[in-house]
Amino acid sequence: MRKFVDPHLRPSIANSNQVEKMINKSSELGYRLIGIPIQPNLMRDTIHELQRICSDAKIDIVTRLDLAPNTPHELLLDLRRFRRRFEIVSVTCNSKSVARQAAKDRRVDLLSFSATHLRKRFFDYAEAELASKALSSLEINMTPLLSLKGFSRIRLLSRLRKEIAIAKKFGVPVILSSGAKDPNLMRSPHDYASLAALFDMPQESALCALSENPLAIIERNREKLNSDYIAPGIRIIRSPRRETVVSTHEKTLSPSDDCERTTSQRKRRDTRHLERHP
Amino acid sequence: MSEQLLNEKDVIHAIWSAILKLFGEHGASQVNLALIEHDPQKSYAVVRCLHKALEMVKASIASITEINGKPAAIHIVGVSGTLKALRKKSAM
Repeated sequence: MRKFVDPHLRPSIANSNQVEKMINKSSELGYRLIGIPIQPNLMRDTIHELQRICSDAKIDIVTRLDLAPNTPHELLLDLRRFRRRFEIVSVTCNSKSVARQAAKDRRVDLLSFSATHLRKRFFDYAEAELASKALSSLEINMTPLLSLKGFSRIRLLSRLRKEIAIAKKFGVPVILSSGAKDPNLMRSPHDYASLAALFDMPQESALCALSENPLAIIERNREKLNSDYIAPGIRIIRSPRRETVVSTHEKTLSPSDDCERTTSQRKRRDTRHLERHP
Repeated sequence: MSEQLLNEKDVIHAIWSAILKLFGEHGASQVNLALIEHDPQKSYAVVRCLHKALEMVKASIASITEINGKPAAIHIVGVSGTLKALRKKSAM
């Protein structure tokens, strides 16, 4: 059975009633995991309260950061500051330069574009090529499809149809999320899959975009944020005898090796950073 | 559905309007839509449509955001080929 994910639920955090209502409704609609955007300066107690509501509703929660930088430099600074504190990082691209930087940066998980200003949707061939190399995904919020009327909805559908075709051509994963601020605008995963047919997204791909694709990102990031993570495929397995073992090399390390590992990890990170920003 | 009490006419009108908005008159002519059953107290309705037009109807129902000018949403509980199986599936 599929595990459905809504990685973008936008309740007003200050209104605890609404938060609880939306989380419970997500659970009723068949979601097993939700993502709520959290401000970096939010108190830890509020996050614990969110986690408590979710555990009561038998639903898992991921912490998500929505960035909307004005310049590529601002984006890099924000990523450096906040990446390791959030499980999902989404960038709303308001300019072409930000869109290109976000697409080529491996720290960015989701690329999001304005639904109302179609001139600010920069998901073209170049963007898709960069995104496919950096494992970024295209996020499509479904709420504008419900709230927009008439000509603006027609133009949005037409634009989404083109973007889905480009994403398919370059193998960029697509994520469908609700982006709902109001419980009335929340729909079940199967309803979203039906709505996705409006922009020529096959039913099976739409269901993947609501389950497997976001789950892959979350699992990858949770693994990376784990303190035992070293590199893709390599992590420390702590045995009961308190030995430190690197799984892929099957090598036993002493505590001093642990220090060396941290240094080499830092070097590797620096090299990667230099490659990215020469 | 909505928190307000809706009559049969409101429900079917909302669905027809959504189909017309999304697929136009040509699309609406292919749906063969009919309201089979409606319970305003329990806020549920059973709707019949052509098998080929199922995805159109599902998308249209999902796109409904208001009925009679008030915020509302219709959620699909189940889809089935026969009414007997539908009642069994949805435990109505």
